[in-house]
Amino acid sequence: MRKLGVFICHCGVNIAGTVDVKSVAEEMGRVEDVAHSTDYIYMCSEPGQQIIREAIREKGLEGVVVACCSPSMHENTFRKAVKSQGMNPYLCEIANIREQCSWVHQKDREEATRKAAEIILATLEKVRKNESLEPIAMAIDRRVLVIGGGIAGMTAALDLAEGGYGVVLIEREPGLGGHMAQLSRTFPDLDPALPGLVAKASAVERHPKINLLCYSELEDVKGYVGNFDLTVRKKATLVDWEKCNGCGDCIRDCPVEYASPFERGLGMRKAIDLFYPDSVPSKPVIDREHCQYFLDKGCRRCEEICPKKAINFAQKDERIELKAGAIVVATGYELYPMERLGEYGYGQIPDVIDGLAFERMLSPNGPTRGKILRPSDGKVPKEMVFIQCVASRDPDRYMPYCSRVCCMYTAKHASFYKEQVPDGQPYIFYMDIRSDCKGYEEFLQKTIEERGLLYLRGRVSRVFQDDGKVRVLGVDTLTGRMVEVAADMVVLATAIVPSPGVKDLAAKLRATVDRHGFLTEAHIKLYPVESSTKGIYLAGCGQSPKDISDTVSQASATASKIQALLSTDKLLQDPLIAFVDEGICSGCGICVEICPYEAREMDRRRGISVVHEALCQGCGACIAACPNFACELRNSSASQTLRMVDTFVA
Amino acid sequence: MADFEPRIVAFLCHWCTYTGADLAGTTRQQYPPNIRIIHLMCSGAVDSIYVLKALIDGADGVLIGGCHPGDCHYQTGNYKARRRVAILKGILNQMGFTEDRIWLRWISASEGKLFADTVTKMVEELKKMGPNPMKQLWDA
Repeated sequence: MRKLGVFICHCGVNIAGTVDVKSVAEEMGRVEDVAHSTDYIYMCSEPGQQIIREAIREKGLEGVVVACCSPSMHENTFRKAVKSQGMNPYLCEIANIREQCSWVHQKDREEATRKAAEIILATLEKVRKNESLEPIAMAIDRRVLVIGGGIAGMTAALDLAEGGYGVVLIEREPGLGGHMAQLSRTFPDLDPALPGLVAKASAVERHPKINLLCYSELEDVKGYVGNFDLTVRKKATLVDWEKCNGCGDCIRDCPVEYASPFERGLGMRKAIDLFYPDSVPSKPVIDREHCQYFLDKGCRRCEEICPKKAINFAQKDERIELKAGAIVVATGYELYPMERLGEYGYGQIPDVIDGLAFERMLSPNGPTRGKILRPSDGKVPKEMVFIQCVASRDPDRYMPYCSRVCCMYTAKHASFYKEQVPDGQPYIFYMDIRSDCKGYEEFLQKTIEERGLLYLRGRVSRVFQDDGKVRVLGVDTLTGRMVEVAADMVVLATAIVPSPGVKDLAAKLRATVDRHGFLTEAHIKLYPVESSTKGIYLAGCGQSPKDISDTVSQASATASKIQALLSTDKLLQDPLIAFVDEGICSGCGICVEICPYEAREMDRRRGISVVHEALCQGCGACIAACPNFACELRNSSASQTLRMVDTFVA
Repeated sequence: MADFEPRIVAFLCHWCTYTGADLAGTTRQQYPPNIRIIHLMCSGAVDSIYVLKALIDGADGVLIGGCHPGDCHYQTGNYKARRRVAILKGILNQMGFTEDRIWLRWISASEGKLFADTVTKMVEELKKMGPNPMKQLWDA
């Protein structure tokens, strides 16, 4: 019989406020093989861990249950603590009495106490039968896949490449930069966005450690942390980028023009064109949907003019097989689809545009060369309305969260407007002003004072077209009066939502997304750049709305986490995998069929099934399928589980 | 029967529902304390014997929680669970249990509220159903 120890954490009042920890500790102390049972205010603290270490030394404990928060929080902490005393770390188990007991039964102290005791008793059953195990060393691939070539993906890729790691950067669009490439100048320093961004993009393009695959998407992922097998689909650009010298003759001569998504519909692009004028790489792509050749074979002008014979209408999508040890998901954001916002007249009123469209208007390389002009008639707007929190912070109808950047960019927009149109009047409808980062409040106050911006606290109920004007009906809640503005133009600060397709991508990566589609981190405070799946890391707005500074910080944090992960040749993996009791196995082969990883195989000579340790992921499918209990999962055997059931039902 | 408190044994997969149950805690969703959770790596690892043993020993309900279809961390474990539960329900009916005592639910790591709501609902339903008939056999 093993001598066991039980250590019950108060977690301040988080557990002790609901569970009577003293009485549970006493009860556990009466269990026959429990040689030591105690409680402490914070078991994870240094003095708390010291209590465990001393008890192991003094009482000669051979197994430990720590009753505390979820194993996802401190299993590692406590396993390290017992290991320091020579105990095998797999003889330490966590009884989850916080997330799954005290926090969810806060009004029922008696029942919560009983439940906590039962959870600990069941965990003791598990520990009684646990084996001492050693981690399995796996060879790892030290390359990294970065998904997304916006500022987040580029930063992570460059950091990793500078650290000496090989990077494959894939970007869905034909060029790098993401949404930041659409911005004019950025708050709070009002630096132009493009020069720094393009410099970074060029560094990515040139870096010998970075394999840049633009116009490419991730098609398939197999494998696990340290050893991902990837299939990337490189979409046909219909232009041989190796041959293309970027002269631009094809773009100049292309007869087809259509509204450019990059210019948010305010400008035109050709059927063969760059992603945007300063795009990196500076190579064009033919858009099949608009190209005349694909409509009726009626035009081959680009092919005729190209001096390098780079146009190839027959080019096919290419599938590239890659390997990587870790993956960064930096898929960025999109703005809330405005056609769903009927009350703001979007889609019907050309002079109601969103923040990114206004950024294009303000950009020197944009459709109006930086001039603020009404889309409908090209006149300078004399009265402008800016509306904040459009589809943000509106849990009943739209998104409940704050989109983080709108307060600041609206102030910036209004300020630029006053700079260009000194006799114009901007009105800003807002709910609250949030300016909580370095230099933001100062920027905001300075802008309001210098530019004389008129802020109206309240929401807008309706926007409609009337006699060449855009009428905005709203309320100023500070004066309690209805406000009606006959504006020339309206800019909506719409909610940030995840990029389209993130959900499918997350499913491929086995990462999770929240109900809005943002990728979820392993822990919001302690593991903010790790996803819940090992080896998958997050950066940028795909995780939550954030500004450029935070995005860059997060991307660098992600890169440094990955460098730590890949700094060794071998990755230690939990040995909690399947094994076969060779005396029982009848060689029926059900496990071989059911295993999703080809980790089970028949040993024809011995007539039994065997486990490939390197391939087994420990899912337990073979265990449940085995008709005679010949396969088991290490430290999660059927007899352990059945004993736990016994504890809970008896 | 007013004071009947059902006992639920839950087998939750590591990647989705166990983490979802953790999120229910982190976000302080409140649900009745009638449930006891056993952590497994995958819903596909829930052996029929676990469910049968729990019910024969007197559990009033068994909850199996896995990832949504298409989201299984191990590709197809949740489909295996779905097939196994379908077969189990047939056996249970023959054994004299109502099959509604087994709930198989897809609850993701981000659905803490759904987990709490599911437990609350299951307790309500089991209260209507009354105690596991096996319990009377054991008590007799």
